[in-house]
Amino acid sequence: MLPQKRVKNSQAQNNTSQGSNSRQTKLSAWREKQDQSDSKSISKHGQKSPVEDYEHADDQAEDTLQIAVGYFEKGPIKTSQNKGKTLEKHLKTVEDVAWKNGLAPEEIDILLNVALSGKFGNAINTRLLKCMIPATLILEDSVVKAVSWLCVGKCSGSIKVLFYRWLVAMFDFIDHKEQINLLYGFFFASLQDDALCPYVCHFLYLLTKKENVKPFRVRKLLDLQAKMGMQPHLQALLSLYKFFVPALISVSLPVRKKIYFKNSENLWKMALIAVRQRNQGPSPEPLKLMLGPANVRSLKRKCSSHSLIPVLNSNSYTEQCGKKEISLSDCLSNTGSFPLEQLQSFPQLLQNIHRLEVPSQMGSVLNNSLLLHYINCVRDESILLRLYYWLSQTLQEECVWSKVNNYDRGKEFANFLDTIIRAESFLQEGFYSCEAFLYKSIPLWDGFSCRSQFLQLVSWIPFSSFSEVKPLLLDHLAQLFFTSTIYFKCSVLHSLKELLQNWLLWLSMDIHKPMMNSPLETTLGGSMNSLSKLIDYVGWLSTIAMRLEGNSIFLLHFILDFYEKVCDIYINYDLPLVVLFPPGVFYPALLSLDTTVLNQLCYIMHRYKAFLPFYEIPQYNKNSYSFSASKTYEEFNHYLIAMVGCLWTSKPFEKGICIDPQILEKAGVAEYKSSLNLVHHPSLLSYAVSFLLQESPEERTLNVSSIRGKKWNWYLDYLFSEGLQGLQLFIRSNIHRSSIPLIREHIPQQY
Amino acid sequence: MDSYDAPQSTPRQSASSRPENCFIGATPLQKRLESVRKQTPFVPTPPRRKIPQCSQLQEDVDPQKVAFLLHKQWTLYSLTPLYKFSYTHLKEYSRLLSAFIVAEKQKGLAVEVGEDFNIKVIFSTLLGMKGTQKDSEAFLVQILSKSQLPSENREGKVLWTGWFCCIFGDSLLETVSEDFTCLPLFLANGAESNTAIIGTWFEKTFDCNFSPLAINAFNLSWMAAMWTACKMDRYMAATEFLWSVPCSPQSLDISYAIHPEDAKALWDSVHKTPGEVTQEEVDLFMDCLYSHFHRHFKIHLSATRLVRVSTSVASAHTDGRIKILCHKYLIGVLAYLTELAIFQIE
Repeated sequence: MLPQKRVKNSQAQNNTSQGSNSRQTKLSAWREKQDQSDSKSISKHGQKSPVEDYEHADDQAEDTLQIAVGYFEKGPIKTSQNKGKTLEKHLKTVEDVAWKNGLAPEEIDILLNVALSGKFGNAINTRLLKCMIPATLILEDSVVKAVSWLCVGKCSGSIKVLFYRWLVAMFDFIDHKEQINLLYGFFFASLQDDALCPYVCHFLYLLTKKENVKPFRVRKLLDLQAKMGMQPHLQALLSLYKFFVPALISVSLPVRKKIYFKNSENLWKMALIAVRQRNQGPSPEPLKLMLGPANVRSLKRKCSSHSLIPVLNSNSYTEQCGKKEISLSDCLSNTGSFPLEQLQSFPQLLQNIHRLEVPSQMGSVLNNSLLLHYINCVRDESILLRLYYWLSQTLQEECVWSKVNNYDRGKEFANFLDTIIRAESFLQEGFYSCEAFLYKSIPLWDGFSCRSQFLQLVSWIPFSSFSEVKPLLLDHLAQLFFTSTIYFKCSVLHSLKELLQNWLLWLSMDIHKPMMNSPLETTLGGSMNSLSKLIDYVGWLSTIAMRLEGNSIFLLHFILDFYEKVCDIYINYDLPLVVLFPPGVFYPALLSLDTTVLNQLCYIMHRYKAFLPFYEIPQYNKNSYSFSASKTYEEFNHYLIAMVGCLWTSKPFEKGICIDPQILEKAGVAEYKSSLNLVHHPSLLSYAVSFLLQESPEERTLNVSSIRGKKWNWYLDYLFSEGLQGLQLFIRSNIHRSSIPLIREHIPQQY
Repeated sequence: MDSYDAPQSTPRQSASSRPENCFIGATPLQKRLESVRKQTPFVPTPPRRKIPQCSQLQEDVDPQKVAFLLHKQWTLYSLTPLYKFSYTHLKEYSRLLSAFIVAEKQKGLAVEVGEDFNIKVIFSTLLGMKGTQKDSEAFLVQILSKSQLPSENREGKVLWTGWFCCIFGDSLLETVSEDFTCLPLFLANGAESNTAIIGTWFEKTFDCNFSPLAINAFNLSWMAAMWTACKMDRYMAATEFLWSVPCSPQSLDISYAIHPEDAKALWDSVHKTPGEVTQEEVDLFMDCLYSHFHRHFKIHLSATRLVRVSTSVASAHTDGRIKILCHKYLIGVLAYLTELAIFQIE
């Protein structure tokens, strides 16, 4: 009998589900469960496998449960002699199953009816209600039927209370709420009952939609408030009403947070966790409204306990002004906009994007990734302008270093900046307010407070002309850069690398479209010019920093990281730009004592070489484009010769650098020439030694010069196997049978 | 090594999703952004300004209301443009705001909008209080306590007053769309707690932002010069400056009062361009005062901080408090304050 019933039920569900789009996840969870049990019943008739013994036991339990449910459904049998015993047995069965696995929807349907119909005594009904724990979910229909029993007056006050507590606790597991919401008026009327009031309030708090808030209900609640005083549960419901329709009611909650509802879930705590686990799928969180402290942000804020970012609220008073007259037709048509509070998933956003209510305070989007998506694609200028103003003002007002005595709020401000940075990286785009903020506040910045946030904001400066950014920002930053520690220098270089990357991204998307899209640079040449100036600027910073920090290897890593980005501009971003590092970076890196630096340098040179031959000066905008290709080739070849000389041919610096022999003699390295190759290079010498030791561990005196001929090749393999990939790539691409292939000077026709 | 590699592999397909890209050229935001980059952070001022003149429009203003605005201490705030503010809904706003205030004052107790409270909020426009026809209409918000006695004195006592205005705010108007109402200058008189509550209501309702508008010494000097330059029929108060010397335990204040006619004579001697005030003239005017003081007291006032300027036209304190005394130059004073407010919100 039961399987049939199940099928019927699921059909009913299908019907109801078509109308609504919410809670589908739950429905599918229920179907899955059903499929499982179906397949189980099939396997029951098949061959027995060892696993099935356990299942069999389960089935038996299920059978006894069916009997128990059947028993309760029929009602108490008057004539039976050991009535109490049977009853107790069945009740125990139900309780056991319920707490262990939960009850199927139709079992809850039946038992809920029994519990509220008053067929049994109060004690039995209470026990029954307490074990109404769903396996997966509860049918809306069951709840509606149960509520209808409340009207008949068959159940006692305590059962009613328990029922409402149960409703609150199980609210998330009810598959739909449309029908229940139709009974709103009934629930609302139950507020009259003093005993029920707190629980009904809580339930209404969960159930209330904007449409439910009506002037007469507001008045009724205010009457209740007048009668009962400031009850936390009433406050909560009232503030929800205010949240939905601020034009009808005004309330502000005390600053001190307190508990608004008695915890109705306590009875079912363990069971609820179990059900959630069973359902697994991310059950959509119930509407979490901020019952936080009243959000009065005084002009000179005295309490700094709450966030700077306004709470998300789609209802502005403005929209409701003058709307009161047409509110009836508004309700009837029901084609209103989509309230933000219901927006919980990306598909929902897509479906309702055309009728989404925008928040009353635009600043609240910062905390909501769905709305960030929305403002990213919306074409409403005023939305951006509102965000712009709010963000600019808040940054300016909260900025800890531009005001005296503001430092105690440093943490709060840092958190605020973190939120902004999160939003920026989510959008992959900087806010203009932040840019303006940086320009305004950097002259006052001490380089210390909120350093990491500040530098991250720098990296999100929207693409613009370098010559404009430099005096506003970089010149100030440079002063701090030169006078601060090496760690600060590294952080600045890192954030400039990020800035370059963000600008490259912007341009690489921009470039394939008509040029008018870029706000400030109207030509590609102009944009490239800006980029190359930025890179040159970082080169200049790096050169000086290297000198100041005594060629620190740590610093060099950050500098080379930057150039690792630079060397790939042409390939990764399809932008016609090649800028090489300055000598002040190249030579210290080449002669560094650190192998990883040398390795990274080799890698970068390899990357440059990989695309240089294909690189052509763009045809367009020749005039505004100051970049000279032939000079770059010359420079590159120069570097390449130096590198090959230092690593391979032992003929370093034949051209270019001229060192006075006397100085070399003084330094005791008159024979410097042969002391620079893969074996003798200061950063590789230790590799040469370990290579030799590997070959002949017993050797007392090692002659590294013995690495030549065949041994040289083995040594190379050894180096490569030690993880020097950059070196490997460099040598593979540049050295063929000890000849030095230079890049032919590639001069385009037009030059 | 590089935690930000993600965008590299997934560049956005269409840049049309960049909001600022869709609206090149003509749009308000675009203009705003360009002005941001051009702005230099610390020099808000054009090198020259007009000497305040008596405005024609001002004559339309209800003289009673003007009188009400004069001789009161106002605290200044800058205010970003109000979104979807409508002059036709002032009645509705006063209902909502009064309910909001009552609810704020008795925390936790809900009140119905439109109920009869013991306070009354009145919104009223200040017709004619503008520099050009394009400026938004100024308006006044008053909170009155309702007297319990029904018979006489129904109006009750004014508990708090605030007003919003925009005088020659063209530069701001150009950068916003028509959904916004630009009233960048807000002046409040009354308990700060009331200002906070009302400010919050405006911020929530019109998505705007108030911030206190302080006047730095540089701008105070400009005020001193411009107000001294005003032609007066009759001087009502001495021209007075207040400097503050930071020292412990208490800071030392130096007050410097001059007969207004002497100040005017000094101004006339440094003033060259008719109808205008230039930066050089301002500097020269102040330098003259400094050197005069130094000759007598051997104190370099230029090393201290100017905190207050009072003239017969108006007086201003660096904390952002102002008192306007002269009816004739009301608009002129407000125009400069509007300029400062706009500078702060940009």
